[in-house]
Amino acid sequence: MGEGADARFNSTLREAFGSTPFILTKFDQFMNWVRGSSMFMLQFGIACCSIEMIHTYAIKHDLDRFGAGIPRASPRQADVIVVPGTIVSKFAPRMKRVYDQMPEPKFVVSMGSCTISGGPFQEGYNVVKGAEEVIPVDIHVPGCPPRPEALVYGVAKLQERIANGESSPVTVKPYELEQFGDLERDELVEHLADEIDEDDLVMRYNWNDSP
Amino acid sequence: MSLEKPSSPTEIGVTEDGLDYDALAELLGGHVIDRESHVNAEGFVVRPDEVQAVLSTLKTEAGFDHLANLTAQEYDDRYESIYHLRKYDDPTQELSIVVPSPKDDPHNQSAARIYDTADWHEREAYDLVGIDYDDHPDLRRILLPETWQGHPLSQDYDQNQPQIVTLRENANPLQDDQRSEDDPDTMFVNIGPHHPATHGVLHVKTVLDGEQVADIDPDIGYLHRCEEQMCQQGTYRHQIMPYPDRWDYVSAGMLNEWAYARAAEDLADIEVPEYAQVIRTMSAELSRIAAHMLALGTFALDVFGDFTAIFQYAFRDREVVMNILEDISGQRLMFNYFRLGGVAWDLPEPRDEFFEKIRDFLDDLPYKLEEYHDLITGNEIFQMRCVDTGVLTPEKAKSYGATGPVARGSGVDYDLRRDDPYGYYDELDWNVVTETGCDNFSRVLVRMREVEESARIIEQCVDLLEQWPEDDREIQANVPRTLRPEPDEEIYRAVEGAKGELGIYIRSDGTDKPARFKIRSPCFSNLQTLPEMSQGEYIPDMIASLGSLDIVLGEVDR
Ligand code: SF4
Repeated sequence: MGEGADARFNSTLREAFGSTPFILTKFDQFMNWVRGSSMFMLQFGIACCSIEMIHTYAIKHDLDRFGAGIPRASPRQADVIVVPGTIVSKFAPRMKRVYDQMPEPKFVVSMGSCTISGGPFQEGYNVVKGAEEVIPVDIHVPGCPPRPEALVYGVAKLQERIANGESSPVTVKPYELEQFGDLERDELVEHLADEIDEDDLVMRYNWNDSP
Repeated sequence: MSLEKPSSPTEIGVTEDGLDYDALAELLGGHVIDRESHVNAEGFVVRPDEVQAVLSTLKTEAGFDHLANLTAQEYDDRYESIYHLRKYDDPTQELSIVVPSPKDDPHNQSAARIYDTADWHEREAYDLVGIDYDDHPDLRRILLPETWQGHPLSQDYDQNQPQIVTLRENANPLQDDQRSEDDPDTMFVNIGPHHPATHGVLHVKTVLDGEQVADIDPDIGYLHRCEEQMCQQGTYRHQIMPYPDRWDYVSAGMLNEWAYARAAEDLADIEVPEYAQVIRTMSAELSRIAAHMLALGTFALDVFGDFTAIFQYAFRDREVVMNILEDISGQRLMFNYFRLGGVAWDLPEPRDEFFEKIRDFLDDLPYKLEEYHDLITGNEIFQMRCVDTGVLTPEKAKSYGATGPVARGSGVDYDLRRDDPYGYYDELDWNVVTETGCDNFSRVLVRMREVEESARIIEQCVDLLEQWPEDDREIQANVPRTLRPEPDEEIYRAVEGAKGELGIYIRSDGTDKPARFKIRSPCFSNLQTLPEMSQGEYIPDMIASLGSLDIVLGEVDR
């Protein structure tokens, strides 16, 4: 390192490099490291868990310290979505749409028991039994609600996985958005045929098949 | 004492010791076909096609200006709608109007022409229970998707039947960005359900004429978590209490728990020890401070995008309160601290340290509030955005059943802590805050001043608790392990939640679970005033009004 350099510029990284300012790495690995170190979160609130999520972003816990604290209001600018709360039948199609609008590669942290199984509302007639019924999830953070520390840990774990290039698990997604005309014609579909157009997007809930 | 309220001129049926129901029955004459007695009030049974006549007589001649709640339910042999009436001047004067309707074709007259608030309440009853309201301006589903099949709180509903939900409105956000056909000068704007300014998953369908709001329709139900069903499945003693925390979830849990505790205790005749009442009062007011702080922070975020100072300050102060609440209950947000007949456990040891912590917080609070006032109420931009925008007249506030800071910001002097006392409030010295501006500014100011009053209450509670003799610290009354209230008792009881009148209706059937559990949510009624406040206003003012209502979707949708 040059003698005259200001001490402020001598980051740990630079120390690690030693006197040569070059490293050899694979481009993929480098990109993964970059991705994990600077994540744009989607500003997305659903239920009680979002209150703890705000606390995680806000003063004291300050998720920004970990390179993951810039909430973006538009899904098109975000690469991580934290799903903080109970998903009900009316909301699931909207959530799916928001998820679809995020650019690849994208990652999902599901926060709270509700997004794991429906949580305290699992038996509700209107409650989707977990986020994984609708979108694939990378990290589950259990709790009702998880403490901000737990969410920070979850996000840190996600960063670690991204940096290591681990891909998200393949999950079963029973509830898809599809065109009404593509649904199998059964009693319910016949019944709704006058109300819904053939090319309207719909989500069909077969509650019996939910875990 | 400051808690006295000037009494109003005598109305029909008002006597020194409570309501004279005979006089009221006489006023209604032949309309009353039967009388029931509920724990909180008498119920007059009326015919389904005479609802409007009865309610308008009661509103104009007997002074029942507050339709607090509408409970709909299905019995084995009939459907029933109960209109819970009370008075803004004295909420202890209550009357239930019970309207039975036939099982095969349940319908009765709508009350929406008499009380504006009945509009949404009846839509909810139609949606969940399946009663038709004749002459209703716009009877369609409100909480569940339009294409839902069946009415989930009716008796023969099959929860496992498949459902299909459409994604029409939001299918392509840009497609909606068009001029509507019938009036080429307007533009339709979809706000939400995923939008930073809607405080959760609210969907506001707005039609703009230039910059002004020509039409607005809040679309709710994106967080309808079947809370009533959950409570009807739980046993009184322990299984219901966790749910109230999740209605108004911005740390107002203690207040919500109190709503359930109060209703169930009165139903089962449980006397709560005084010491527990003081603890309850203190923790409830701490909850209120935390909830109002959130309202303040998010409001600043809404009106001038202040994410850096006010928002963060508010969250800093919430952290302090949440720490104290965590010391008391063991949880930061979902306290589950109240028990029927008392509280879960005594205050944390060492007590001195705990009291010290609260006192530190209270000592700091005045400076903090001063700072908020500098940043917010004294701020010129803020004043321009908020003074005289989103005006809600007291008459409209009452007609929409608005309560809490929303009503008090419109000069309606209504606070259940004083008017229908419970807990330890009537022994303490504090004031009900009202403002007469009727605008966004007043509503925010009411919340800020209420924080001061809550701090006063907490301080007095801490004094009391510190001196409480050690051998008299009874935290829990004797409550049977399984609670089975007498069959066919009905009760409606409310407390002053962070957002207003949070009421619970319970009907018992002799088992250890409620047969009907209905939640009267203050946010649900308050949100109805949004069109009233923003019709014809600029769209940014609509956002400010929405923020000033301080809704929590968990409570709106339940
Ligand atoms: S997990 Fe618990 S805290 Fe989180 S949204 Fe569900 S009920 Fe609320």
